[in-house]
Amino acid sequence: MNQLQNFTKGFFKENPILVLVLGTCPTLATTTSSLNGMGMGIATTFVLIGSNVVISLLSNVIPDKVRIPAFVVIIASFVTIVDLVMQAYVPALYETLGIFIPLIVVNCIVLGRAEAFASKNSILSSFIDGLGMGLGYTMALGIIGAFREIVGSGTIFGHKFIQGDGILVFILAPGAFWALGYLIALINRIKEPK
Amino acid sequence: MAKTESTFKNMVLSLTLISLGASACLGFVYQMTKEPIAFSVLNKKLTAIKQVVPEFNNNPSEEMYRLPTGEGDSLEIYPAKKDDVIVGYAISTYTKIGFGGNVSLIAGFKPDGTIINISVLEQKETPGLGAKMTEPAFKDQFKDKNPAEFFMKVKKDGGPVDAITAATISSRAFCDAVQRAYNTLQKGGLK
Repeated sequence: MNQLQNFTKGFFKENPILVLVLGTCPTLATTTSSLNGMGMGIATTFVLIGSNVVISLLSNVIPDKVRIPAFVVIIASFVTIVDLVMQAYVPALYETLGIFIPLIVVNCIVLGRAEAFASKNSILSSFIDGLGMGLGYTMALGIIGAFREIVGSGTIFGHKFIQGDGILVFILAPGAFWALGYLIALINRIKEPK
Repeated sequence: MAKTESTFKNMVLSLTLISLGASACLGFVYQMTKEPIAFSVLNKKLTAIKQVVPEFNNNPSEEMYRLPTGEGDSLEIYPAKKDDVIVGYAISTYTKIGFGGNVSLIAGFKPDGTIINISVLEQKETPGLGAKMTEPAFKDQFKDKNPAEFFMKVKKDGGPVDAITAATISSRAFCDAVQRAYNTLQKGGLK
């Protein structure tokens, strides 16, 4: 697999949300607007890249039997860094995302990529894998967020374009399931046309 | 380089070293972000205070004091002064009866107890319904009202407050928080 394929697989072929269906909990919770979704995606991307690079760097040093605790310590450090930096420089976004920033630690995408990819590949491939997967995640969150925002509150990136309310249920939790479900169905239809 | 074997010594050593490295990084980042975080917290409060009281030129955060609510806790009072004359009080108040848990807001009162403005600091009400309490359409009806004669009750409960459609509980919670601020201020004696 060349590096370009390695990068692009995160967007479509192995998109963490739409194809692998990993990390759906923050996906459902933070996509009430496109900006929230993308903010969450970018925070996760940073953690993915950081942990992928460090883990592939240390993969030979870490004994197999303690690799999971070691990975978790590394991932948790990056998450705490993101948490502090966001709190300091983008307090408004930090407040909306709230608990889901610290919860990136247990996001299966991050540990999944560390275990399945970074621990077996070179630093460069791991970096590209983290970037591709992270941006694919951000893209999916952005699409779901934009859809829910447009349909649910009649705004896009915070700009109102219709009078009154949208279909409120799309801002609430059930709308998140619908949006994600239909998007996955659409992707499957494109991938395997009858 | 060969893979490190999973011996007891190696496991302890590698985990210790990784934890040490991680904590060093975190300590560094914590030091770096400590000031901006404190600044942004302070700034947020100051912005909210500015919204609910008339123009002032003192530092309300420095002159903040606490008054007991009579329910076992206390509220933060920020006196806003212009040239040493009190122009209003910003009170950071809360309610526990919101639809989605606690709601905290900051209410501005004139020295005679009339409401100047209200700003919602934190709420977890239903988006599109109770969350509309942050919008002027709802909260502006409290402007220039004195809770002494404008009872903090929604119409359903026999009061004058126009509740948000389909969000009576959130509207009640909002009134409860404002009432708490007013009561506290009255009991503490307007200085």
